[in-house]
Amino acid sequence: MRADFWRKKRFVKLRGLVRRPLIFFILSLFLLFPSFFLYAQEDNQPCYGDAIIVGSIGEPITLVPILAADSASQDIVGLVFNGLLKYDKDINLVGDLAEDWEVSEDGLVITFYLRKGVKWQDGVPFTAEDVLFTYKKLVDPHTKTPYSGDFERIKKFEVIDDYTIKITYKQPFSPALASWTMPIMPSHLLKNEEDFKHFARHPVGTGPYRFIKWETGSKIVLEAYDEYFQGRPYIDRYIYYIIPDQSTLFLELKNRNLDYISLTPLQYQRQTNTEFFKKNFRKYRYLSFGYTYIGWNLNNPKFKDKRVRQAINYAIDKEEIIKGVLLGLGRVCTGPFVPNSWAYNPAVKPAEYNPEKARQLLALAGWKKKDKEGILLKGNERFEFTLLTNQGNVSRRKCAEIIQQKLREIGIKMHIKIVEWGCLLDLIERREFEAVLLGWGLSRDPDCYDIFHSSKTGPREFNFVSYKNKEVDRLLEEGRRVFSQSKRKEIYQKVHKLIYEDQPYTFLYVPDALPIIDARFRGIEPTINGIGYNFIKWWVPKDKQRFKR
Amino acid sequence: MSRRFILSGSLIIGILIILALFAPLLSPYDPNKIDVENILSPPSKAHILGTDSLGRDLLSRILYGTRVSLKVGVVAVGIALLIGVAIGALAGYCSGRIDALLMRFVDIMLCFPTFFLLLSMVAFLRPTVFNIMLIIGLTSWMGVARIVRAEVLSIKEREFIRYIKAMGAGDMRIVSKHILPNVLPSILVVGILRMGGAILTESALSFLGLGVQPPIPSWGSILMEGKSVMDIAWWMSVFPGIAILLTVLGYNLLAEGIRTLAISRS
Amino acid sequence: MLSYFLKRLFSLVPLLLGITFISFLIIHLAPGKPSYLKEMNPRISAEAQERLIRLYQLDKPILVQYIHWLKRVIKLDFGNSFADGRKVIVRIRERLPITLLINALSLFFILLFAFPVGIISSLKPNGVFDKCTTLFVFIGFSLPSFYLALLLMLLFGIKLGCLPISGIVSFNHSQLSSGERILDIAKHLILPVSVATFGGLAGFSRYVRANMIEVLKQDYIRTAYAQGIGRGRIVCKFALKNALLPLITILGLSVPGLLGGSVILESVFAIPGMGRLLYEATLSRDYPLIMGGVVIGAVLTLLGNLIADLCYAWADPRIRYQ
Repeated sequence: MRADFWRKKRFVKLRGLVRRPLIFFILSLFLLFPSFFLYAQEDNQPCYGDAIIVGSIGEPITLVPILAADSASQDIVGLVFNGLLKYDKDINLVGDLAEDWEVSEDGLVITFYLRKGVKWQDGVPFTAEDVLFTYKKLVDPHTKTPYSGDFERIKKFEVIDDYTIKITYKQPFSPALASWTMPIMPSHLLKNEEDFKHFARHPVGTGPYRFIKWETGSKIVLEAYDEYFQGRPYIDRYIYYIIPDQSTLFLELKNRNLDYISLTPLQYQRQTNTEFFKKNFRKYRYLSFGYTYIGWNLNNPKFKDKRVRQAINYAIDKEEIIKGVLLGLGRVCTGPFVPNSWAYNPAVKPAEYNPEKARQLLALAGWKKKDKEGILLKGNERFEFTLLTNQGNVSRRKCAEIIQQKLREIGIKMHIKIVEWGCLLDLIERREFEAVLLGWGLSRDPDCYDIFHSSKTGPREFNFVSYKNKEVDRLLEEGRRVFSQSKRKEIYQKVHKLIYEDQPYTFLYVPDALPIIDARFRGIEPTINGIGYNFIKWWVPKDKQRFKR
Repeated sequence: MSRRFILSGSLIIGILIILALFAPLLSPYDPNKIDVENILSPPSKAHILGTDSLGRDLLSRILYGTRVSLKVGVVAVGIALLIGVAIGALAGYCSGRIDALLMRFVDIMLCFPTFFLLLSMVAFLRPTVFNIMLIIGLTSWMGVARIVRAEVLSIKEREFIRYIKAMGAGDMRIVSKHILPNVLPSILVVGILRMGGAILTESALSFLGLGVQPPIPSWGSILMEGKSVMDIAWWMSVFPGIAILLTVLGYNLLAEGIRTLAISRS
Repeated sequence: MLSYFLKRLFSLVPLLLGITFISFLIIHLAPGKPSYLKEMNPRISAEAQERLIRLYQLDKPILVQYIHWLKRVIKLDFGNSFADGRKVIVRIRERLPITLLINALSLFFILLFAFPVGIISSLKPNGVFDKCTTLFVFIGFSLPSFYLALLLMLLFGIKLGCLPISGIVSFNHSQLSSGERILDIAKHLILPVSVATFGGLAGFSRYVRANMIEVLKQDYIRTAYAQGIGRGRIVCKFALKNALLPLITILGLSVPGLLGGSVILESVFAIPGMGRLLYEATLSRDYPLIMGGVVIGAVLTLLGNLIADLCYAWADPRIRYQ
């Protein structure tokens, strides 16, 4: 999820002490070749100023962190607020508003020691009260938050002093730590505001950027917060420009009116290779934290049979999909964890494309004969089903078309039905689907209890394919109890293997994230956690700055 | 002049009908044959109009798209005319309460935001080609009803109708035998004009991602796909664009010709 | 006249009730559920979702919900949008002006061009001018608007680089002087307004042309010619007046279009208008917002019709007594 993406900012620690002779040497050089150093300084020393204009298809819905559920809202929230914890460049949890934390031996109690001297953007000091307030709002039945789940597992929330919090859970719950990346809201501003109506459009946080204005439907402007506790960000202003059409977004980039957008695979591979783009922009490419899959309704007699699902997995050529849909910009997905996650099991190898094996497996499952059209039969039943997916996602549509053709080759007739999002959710909720082509955006924490545990098959719950496997259930429960990452790694790698064998989903691909950024920005260092984690350290050399204050 | 309009209009439409009928014979490839090695290749000997973003032959897709576009136009308009003429004629002929009631219903339908109607119907029904036609038809009959009502109102008051009525002819007979034939030219003109409109509505739905379901090719969906790659694959937007332009133009010329012909006759 | 007006005005009330009730029914019965989530998010628990449904009162019977809604609307309270909790009326108000401006401008330009084009064509039907303009307006009508928009954007925005292609103001808008600001907005409006005008030109100009041809054939025009009145005067004074009367109805009918805006143009040009607002509201099943849009659209359509009728009644007294 993109919230984490922005939340990971990193401290750049000053490298150890410089020895004296070295200083002397440098000083003498400086005296001898002043101009050389002036130049070097301009190019390597971060300096303040300029603005970055980010183009986005979606508009944020609300800037109240505990209500924000769409990625556009989270983009902005991530810059204005901080959580207690955050993920660093290597996807490890590190302190953000919390300086340090402790987990008790039995895993029931987490104690946070908050950072002192942090100020809200209106000057009021940040204290434990704010965390308590945020927690209370999260579990308040009148708050329309979608995130209450993780926080309802808290038994007792104690404020020890202004900078110490002790949280007791009903059971040991290791994803709790990740849940405290939830941005903290200011108690002093919101205590008397019933429904966040004003705050939703005028947020005040502790983060690197202050909210300035929001022109509905067109843009949001943020400005560097001078007293940010991790140091003022170099880039003065952050402007979030909303352009709902992908083609227009790209044309505006071409006009150099935007500094940063996400490219489509076609744009990355074919439309940005000109001299103009090479000169003015830098493209980045890294694996995203999400995957695309087909979910099978396991209550449907056709797909109940594991062999049928495995056959389909053999029949779909993932490499072809990656070539056709992503133009090569992605990896085959082998399970519920992506390669950049520590829970990923590299031993799980993707099934090869093998239509012959698929036919054999289908024959074993009773799909032997074919009718005049060449569609497989079992008794009188034709192997025919409908794949649902959501409107407005070109990749998924193309993906469905390729799959359709591949399945037809082994005698399965697949219809494609594209419906708009609200409708799709409804059909899934009522279990009125046979198969659905969707994607999951993943948290950095591998806990996927809600997606694959057999107790989560209720109407609005996320194991909508009704996957049930006792061993997976047991492992998922254990994964939540254990705090040690190495132990959890073992557990989730087992989960990874078991789920790939069972094929409740046909795992398709992990797409690459493809940001493009104006070449004047410096300090961008892609890691497995993307590029957003050190946004406050991005900067523009003085002579290249485009926007003056 | 009207003859020349009709001639050029029917020539265009005639050619399109032939292309649609013989699409399987004329297409060099299976329009749904995916070839990921050949994504967006420019027009060449192998692919006369180039290929699309899944490497499918554009010429074949446009030819098959002709079927969809023509069908959408004819059937959607057929439905709209059926409802529109029935309601319009009933309202115009009966006048009084029934008229008021029916026209209020028309008003209500006109007040809905059209795309909302479209959207909720796409949600109700599977967006197959037939349902798209049904939906476009169901959301576009109101104008027809109004025009028909107005015409019926004016014809009803003419001498010859009164005369027939005095002779003791039944209402059904009067409407179907004497009034509707007189309204026919207007209906024809409106209908043909709407056919062009329906094709445009289909492309608008495709723009919103709610057009005919893949892999069925429609001009609207090809054009929609082409618009995002205009800088590297002009063929993806130019050819379907021309196809839509020509068809709508053809319908319009035909309608215009019939209209002027009808006026000059009367 | 006044009693006629009052009678007509009064008859709008049941109509409005009908419209709102049917819309309410369709909107709530249509498949799909309120959701401002663009993707599924496993962090959102089932209990949390149930809670949202209760808070939105979606668990009550539809009729009860409708009456609740109606009671509030009578007090001119359209409720709060599901998506961000802000007042529906506020959300509509911030989007309406730009849509009104663009549509009014394009209607203005359509009329501005349609009249001369229609009238001149009608003087010499099938002349060179007529043929050329006919082809021109038909091309405008036949091109899907998003395609035309993109072609113009490529030409003027990228190739020539002389016009902005998206939004309604420049990035540095707030730093401009007030004169420059107006110029800035005007520049941004050129492309969307031209696309809308070009697309709508065909309908009006053909209409004017057809009416004019009809009127010019009437006896009184011939009489006027016979009396030696100049051609210019005949066209402007006698013919035009009569040819324009039916236009009143058409203008009345274009009122909802003025407010509704176009989803497609607004998306392509990134204009924050009503079309996009209502489209997004529909997709996310933001019931209060959709209903707000429906009510405002309906009221204005009905008023537009009423005004058109009144103009007619005023121009042609016979209608009043029917």
